[in-house]
Amino acid sequence: MNKAIRNVWVVSACVFILLLGSLSYIQFFDAKSLSANAWNSRSMYESYGAQRGSIVVDGREIASSVPSDDGYDYQRIYSSPEAYANLTGYFSSIYGTTGLESAMNEELAGTSDRQFYDRLAQMFTGGSSQGATVELTIDSQLQELAYNLLAGHKGSIVALNPKTGEVLAMASTPSYDPNALASHNNESVLAQYQALTEDSDNPLYNRAIAGNTYSPGSTFKIIDAVAALESGKYNKDSVIDNPQEYRLPGTNTTLPNYVNGQCATRTEATIEWALAQSCNTPFAQIAMDIGEDKLTEVAQNFGYGDSSLSIPLAVSESVFPADMAESELAQAAIGQFDVRTTPLQVAMTSAAIANDGKQMKPNLIRSVKSHNLNSLYEFSSEELRQSTSKQVAQQVKDWMVNDVDNGIASGAAVGGVKVAGKTGTAELGTSGLNNAWFTGFAPADDPQIALAVVYEGVDTAEGAQLAAPAAQQIFEAVLNK
Amino acid sequence: MAKKNLADSLPAPKSRRMVELALTLIAVALCPASMWLIDSEAIAEGETTWLLATAVLGGGALLIHIVLHLRARYADPFILPCVVALNALGLAMIYRIDLTTSANAGASQIIWTGVAMVAAAAVIFFLKDHKVLRKITYISLAASLVLLLLPLLPFIGLELNGARIWISVAGRTFQPGEIAKITLAIFFAGYLSIHRDLIMLAGKKVGPVRLPRFKDLAPMFVAWLASIGVLVFQRDLGSAILFFGLFMAMLYLATESRTWVALGLIFVAAGGVLAYNFISHVNYRIYAWIHAFDPEIYNQAYGGSGQIIQGLFGLAAGGLFGKGWGNGRPDLVAFSNSDMIITALGEELGLVGLAAILMLFLLVITRGLRAALGTRDSFGKLLAGGLSAVMVLQLFVVIGGVTRLIPLTGLTTPFMSAGGSSLLANWVIVAILLAISHTARAPHVVEMYDDQQDSIDYSGSENDGATSVISRISSTSAGGENE
Repeated sequence: MNKAIRNVWVVSACVFILLLGSLSYIQFFDAKSLSANAWNSRSMYESYGAQRGSIVVDGREIASSVPSDDGYDYQRIYSSPEAYANLTGYFSSIYGTTGLESAMNEELAGTSDRQFYDRLAQMFTGGSSQGATVELTIDSQLQELAYNLLAGHKGSIVALNPKTGEVLAMASTPSYDPNALASHNNESVLAQYQALTEDSDNPLYNRAIAGNTYSPGSTFKIIDAVAALESGKYNKDSVIDNPQEYRLPGTNTTLPNYVNGQCATRTEATIEWALAQSCNTPFAQIAMDIGEDKLTEVAQNFGYGDSSLSIPLAVSESVFPADMAESELAQAAIGQFDVRTTPLQVAMTSAAIANDGKQMKPNLIRSVKSHNLNSLYEFSSEELRQSTSKQVAQQVKDWMVNDVDNGIASGAAVGGVKVAGKTGTAELGTSGLNNAWFTGFAPADDPQIALAVVYEGVDTAEGAQLAAPAAQQIFEAVLNK
Repeated sequence: MAKKNLADSLPAPKSRRMVELALTLIAVALCPASMWLIDSEAIAEGETTWLLATAVLGGGALLIHIVLHLRARYADPFILPCVVALNALGLAMIYRIDLTTSANAGASQIIWTGVAMVAAAAVIFFLKDHKVLRKITYISLAASLVLLLLPLLPFIGLELNGARIWISVAGRTFQPGEIAKITLAIFFAGYLSIHRDLIMLAGKKVGPVRLPRFKDLAPMFVAWLASIGVLVFQRDLGSAILFFGLFMAMLYLATESRTWVALGLIFVAAGGVLAYNFISHVNYRIYAWIHAFDPEIYNQAYGGSGQIIQGLFGLAAGGLFGKGWGNGRPDLVAFSNSDMIITALGEELGLVGLAAILMLFLLVITRGLRAALGTRDSFGKLLAGGLSAVMVLQLFVVIGGVTRLIPLTGLTTPFMSAGGSSLLANWVIVAILLAISHTARAPHVVEMYDDQQDSIDYSGSENDGATSVISRISSTSAGGENE
């Protein structure tokens, strides 16, 4: 029996080694990723002990922590919650953090490496620790205007300073109230969260950068125009056939021209005219002519296929499909088929045209200051890439100005100022409903703002009433300052 | 006579009671020390829980020490300090969790610690010779059945969190299954010590493998059925694993036969497949274990993986050295003072602290198996071996569960988790191990053998004499190298 007892001991020892190994894995090797898990509320609770920093727009706190006496030391509160919810995200004891609360968590919580000396100083002076204040590049007037313009619809508006990349406005609707999720009443938070996640309109999405992504529709013709010029096969005087229908190669399907403009009045068109009336068939032919590779290259030069962009919110990758059949390429050229984009990407495309082909890196953060006002970060503009040459950008800019002056983008016109623009109407299946787009910039000769507007699920007439006029109001708000 | 000479030529064994006393005092000191670290401010302002806890734990430890001195002088000196240390850490953690949650288990844990230690002292006092337990082999079987069935009875049976393993009497709850660990171990030890030769030697031999007779297989089948019964009717996977594992371990100890282990594993596999396919809560548990990080499973209110994942977060937050007493967030983990106390300890004491706790357990188990090696009678060997094995199994189920090595099932961590039944049962186990270790190390047992006491107790097995001679020699020499 003694042999069996010894064997039992050996097995026991093995069990203990196994348990120690398992504990070591959890507590040491996997600890970092477990601690970073979004469900792990510990780091957030830790920051309840310290006063979490504020998120500030134009000197006003849109998210801040105030002393609380309900068992937690602080309560997070959001002012103008709906207009900024897609930016701030929420800070919930149950669901963790999203948005800037998540992306800037270390700074807000005061745990970033750069705040090490602050923490050290606090240890000795005995003061309670505090997070840093994060100031945004957002213009509160534009943000609130954009949110109000979208109210009642699903959609998004993104406005950039094309010369610096500062994000001036970034709205997404429908929105939600992050206060409801930051509450310390767990039952009400659970109920609210469930209602929000079950809402088929997905109010928790930040549609500007990370919704389901959209078909860019005719706004993609800006990229076609750049590609046409860069290919050397076309210039401003080139004349292209403008049939009312274009038979997609290898199929029995035809691609019709846009019905609401004047496309039907001409059988031949310059790029300028085709762009202004948003005629589909000339651009389908250009795409056939210059080929998928060239179009892909230009799309990528404007930011398609970039999955690493962070502003510092992560931006979904915009996709221009690869290995398309010719019929598919013709549809992709007018921003349909499997072309997917974010409103930010569309705004960045206009911004690159506005800024002589130089695309600036979009950024939401103006500054990060520790509570004793040490600057931890200061905005400086950063060039992302040269999207196209200055000459090509200048030509496309002129065409986009013509769109607003003489074409179907006239709804965005602002008296006394040259405005550049392009509309888009991306079909949603066969429902008859579209996503209505407008993108552009103003003033054309000294661009202060580039933007993208999208309204989801509207019919063509309603879309024309919404997208370009919304852009006009935002342009006016900027230019009248 | 030669044997006697061998024993005489060895140095006289020492009782080592003073070593035990010194180590036990250090272990007791862990309790006030930890509580002071947890909440020094409150203690400075006159909070007295620490005093009560220390007095009860110290008093109980002293009582057991004195009883050992009087009645079991040669009992193993390391078991008591290790167990007191574990109990002290458990008390401190439960006290600490009371401070930040709505739980209020500290006071009752202190009372139960006192009760359990007095019970352990009583067991040592009255159990001068563990072999008397053999006389209650079948009474133990009956008791086990009653204990396992109690929670299923109407009125006193109580279902909590989906498992029906509690009884409620006069407003107090109790888990009879904890006590059943002991009575089952006594029954298995009694039954197997009588029948082991038959089980070992009967049956056809096919090649190197001796196939058991169906008749001998029956008890295993019964144990298996009983475990499945626990699983189905009490919905308690942990206890089912524990009971069947205990039986398997003791069967192996009795027969030294791998064939039986292999057979047992086949039974386990069959049971596992049946349970997985036909018992919904087992299926649930396993699904939640594998898909723990699936949001749907995580957010599921009942039977989801929220508890285990929060536990993992706690362990991860502790890291290597822990956050320190009172600095973690065990309140974020459900049942952090009972089933999940390991995660709370891991968070505040770190991997290093948990490793130390595991080492204490391993020491207790090693000394328990040492007692099994040293004692001469097969009943004592089986009982000490079985009780040690049940502790290993329980730790495996608990720690394996919280680290996601195996599916999480609700079992207590011996000596540490909040819960009177668990404390009582485990302290009684320790008392029995101490009693057996006394007979293993005591020098006068040689005379007891010469007195032919065996012929009274060992009536069931003819060849036990030879076995005990061998084991006595090995144990005396083993005892010698230790002293």
